[in-house]
Amino acid sequence: MLLSTRNLTKTFPGTKALDSVDFDLKAGEVHSLLGENGAGKSTLIKCLTGAYRRDSGDILFEGEPISPQSTLEAQEIGIGTVYQEVNLLPNLTVAENLTLGHQPRRFGMISPRAMQAQAEEMLAGYGVDVDVRRSLDTYSVAVQQIVAIARAVHLSGRVLILDEPTASLDSREVRMLFDVIGDLRKRGLGIIFISHFLDQVFEISDTLTVLRNGCHIATRPAAEVDRMELITLMLGHELDEEKPDRGLSSEVEGTGDAIRFKGIGRRGKIAPFDLTVHKGEVIGMAGLLGSGRTESAEVLFGATPADSGTVEDANGAVDLRNPRNAIAAGFAFAPEDRKTDGIIAELSVRENIILALQARRGWARPIPQAEQMRMADEYIERLDIRTPDAEKPVGLLSGGNQQKVILARWLATNPRFLILDEPTRGIDVGAHAEILRLIEDVVAQGMSILVISSELDELIAVSHRVIVVRDRHHVSELTGADVTTETIVRAIAAPDAEAVA
Amino acid sequence: MTGARVLRRVAPQLLTLGAVILLVSVYFPDFYQIVYANDRLVGIPIDVVKRGAPVALLAIGMTLVIATRGIDLSVGAVMAICGATAAWSIDQGFGLWAALGLAGAAGLVCGLWNGILVAFFGIQPIVATLILMVAGRGVAQLITGGTILTFDNEAFAFLGSGAVFGVPVPTLAWILTGILFGLLVRRTALGLLIESIGINLRASTLTGINSRVLLLAVYMGSGFCAALAGIIATADIRGADANNAGLWLELDAILAVVIGGNSLLGGRFSILASLLGAMIIQTINTGILLAGFPPEFNLVIKAVLVIIILVLQSPRLLPRLGFIRLRRERDEKPSGTPVEAGK
Repeated sequence: MLLSTRNLTKTFPGTKALDSVDFDLKAGEVHSLLGENGAGKSTLIKCLTGAYRRDSGDILFEGEPISPQSTLEAQEIGIGTVYQEVNLLPNLTVAENLTLGHQPRRFGMISPRAMQAQAEEMLAGYGVDVDVRRSLDTYSVAVQQIVAIARAVHLSGRVLILDEPTASLDSREVRMLFDVIGDLRKRGLGIIFISHFLDQVFEISDTLTVLRNGCHIATRPAAEVDRMELITLMLGHELDEEKPDRGLSSEVEGTGDAIRFKGIGRRGKIAPFDLTVHKGEVIGMAGLLGSGRTESAEVLFGATPADSGTVEDANGAVDLRNPRNAIAAGFAFAPEDRKTDGIIAELSVRENIILALQARRGWARPIPQAEQMRMADEYIERLDIRTPDAEKPVGLLSGGNQQKVILARWLATNPRFLILDEPTRGIDVGAHAEILRLIEDVVAQGMSILVISSELDELIAVSHRVIVVRDRHHVSELTGADVTTETIVRAIAAPDAEAVA
Repeated sequence: MTGARVLRRVAPQLLTLGAVILLVSVYFPDFYQIVYANDRLVGIPIDVVKRGAPVALLAIGMTLVIATRGIDLSVGAVMAICGATAAWSIDQGFGLWAALGLAGAAGLVCGLWNGILVAFFGIQPIVATLILMVAGRGVAQLITGGTILTFDNEAFAFLGSGAVFGVPVPTLAWILTGILFGLLVRRTALGLLIESIGINLRASTLTGINSRVLLLAVYMGSGFCAALAGIIATADIRGADANNAGLWLELDAILAVVIGGNSLLGGRFSILASLLGAMIIQTINTGILLAGFPPEFNLVIKAVLVIIILVLQSPRLLPRLGFIRLRRERDEKPSGTPVEAGK
């Protein structure tokens, strides 16, 4: 065995993050680590790389017990890590990034020529065409990722840990990365791979290990497990079948209190568009990244105020100059980037949940402490937010639970129009299904929802109609039976077809 | 917050204060003596809580500004402006209440200016308040006409050197202001909203918090505290010295907030802890004088003590000393805590 753990245990205040976990990595295999958010994947990785100190148990490297105190020490032992957010310095050159900390020297000064030669040598065999003298940020994330891998392999050379390396790559770049991983496997490295994308996991892995609630659940050869079985192992229960297309658009037409957006847009962000939001309706929005989906949502919420168009409801004009006014009008917005735009990391779960309601009431009318506690407990239970208690800082929760806290924050304001930008991105399968179920719940109570998502199956499952955005224009609206993966993809891809014609 | 939680929050500051007092009393065993004479309490501790008043007052406003991830370098200069305004009003014969009102208004206007630069023009707080820090003393000189403006008004002087039930008025001023601000932020939602915009301004704005108005209010609060400090400093010496009133006190105020364990990166804050920080600084100042070192050593000794205090409070050092459990959560925060890029 190249790297093993025995009875590895790690506790945090309130939670047992790892409970006697045994894990074995062989040389020359790609070993995927799977589990919901909060299952203990990251904790395991951090114990292996010395970022955390374990409470008990052993880590064996080629049979010898080790206990790295820092990532640097782990690196020297032979364990290298590459994270989703590349931990390199984007404004230095590729060569500097590759050789940082061990640059070749001449008379005590760094020798640029030797550094370049060394960098080129390090990158040889990775199949990338890179000018090592250019700064790193001139290259795509995929190339940066490969540079980071080259650096980690050069420094460590035995075990490579890849934590969500494909999260921000497109399919061609994933291909490129997988070729590199395949080569490294042939060279005899042991590779630990973590990803939310099950397709990729099945494609690249030799072995799968599933963790759940800090416990080791199963380790199997990838070829012997099928998708359903894997999901069952991860969740501990069968995934509910997604409801098929509901085609309810006719039911929600015609009610008086629709919100009507006319010609609303913002120069340089999104071309003017019309949108009528009926009570109890789910509108899906599809499009590629950068097509204007998020920009549409931000204009609808007043986060970037519209510079054209009008908004009306049954009571007349609606003022959407800024988020405050939009919230006063009963709007709510869960943004795509939870960490920077959503959560207030150091505030507690309770404070995050009551924040929007408190902001609307104004500073002079604080929500009484007892009422805050009641609300927090209510939403923690209703949305199944996994937290030891309501006073835990929300930044310490996993992504799916943070998303639920943000949903709770908005549900507490009882909005009539809820905008969800990628509500299920980067969260685990279980929370995913729960959020979809929640959407159905609140819609049944008369709330209207706009969902932006890259996952077409999900959009089709929840939406009454789907708007397709392309090149900052709303190009198409699909309703009823027209809402299928094929029609959406065709609408997104249309300009290329025209160009050919 | 419940009593136990408050106590836990300020425990490091209380321990530090105790240690500093202990250190001083080694050199000056009579430190603890307090007597009642001439209708007032007299003693070194009383002297500390009186002389520490300006920094304590500044620290109250500074705590809130720093909680929003800002800083207010102008408070020393604002003290000078407000002191000059008060002295000028007395000199003009406007009377006590008009002098106080005008000085307070001057402080609020100064805070409004800082707040507008920060909240509406998006200037970094350190630069925005630097403007008034430099220009403020000029404004104060214009008000005093370039001289040290002295006055003779017993009622006003009482604010600097008087006592109520034996307790010096400046001491009462910072304690009452501290309680007032404490109630204002903790009995309303202000404290939570201030912490929220300090931790994540963008997310807070998207949540519907009126961050601009809140920032304005916080800088105005800081200006108001500076006005109180300026009034007391001016009343104490019965004159307005535009060049020296409040000189460098902004740095002591920031230091008090930092010793109070409040992060310069904004977020969670404790006014009580900052006030204890101000008292720690004043105890050091007084203690150095009492210990009878040659005056040229004073600043060096103060610097050494401050460094020791800050190092002992450092969350990085604590685990190495074996107090791991105390600050554990902070160490194990996910690495991706949002850090706002420079505005």
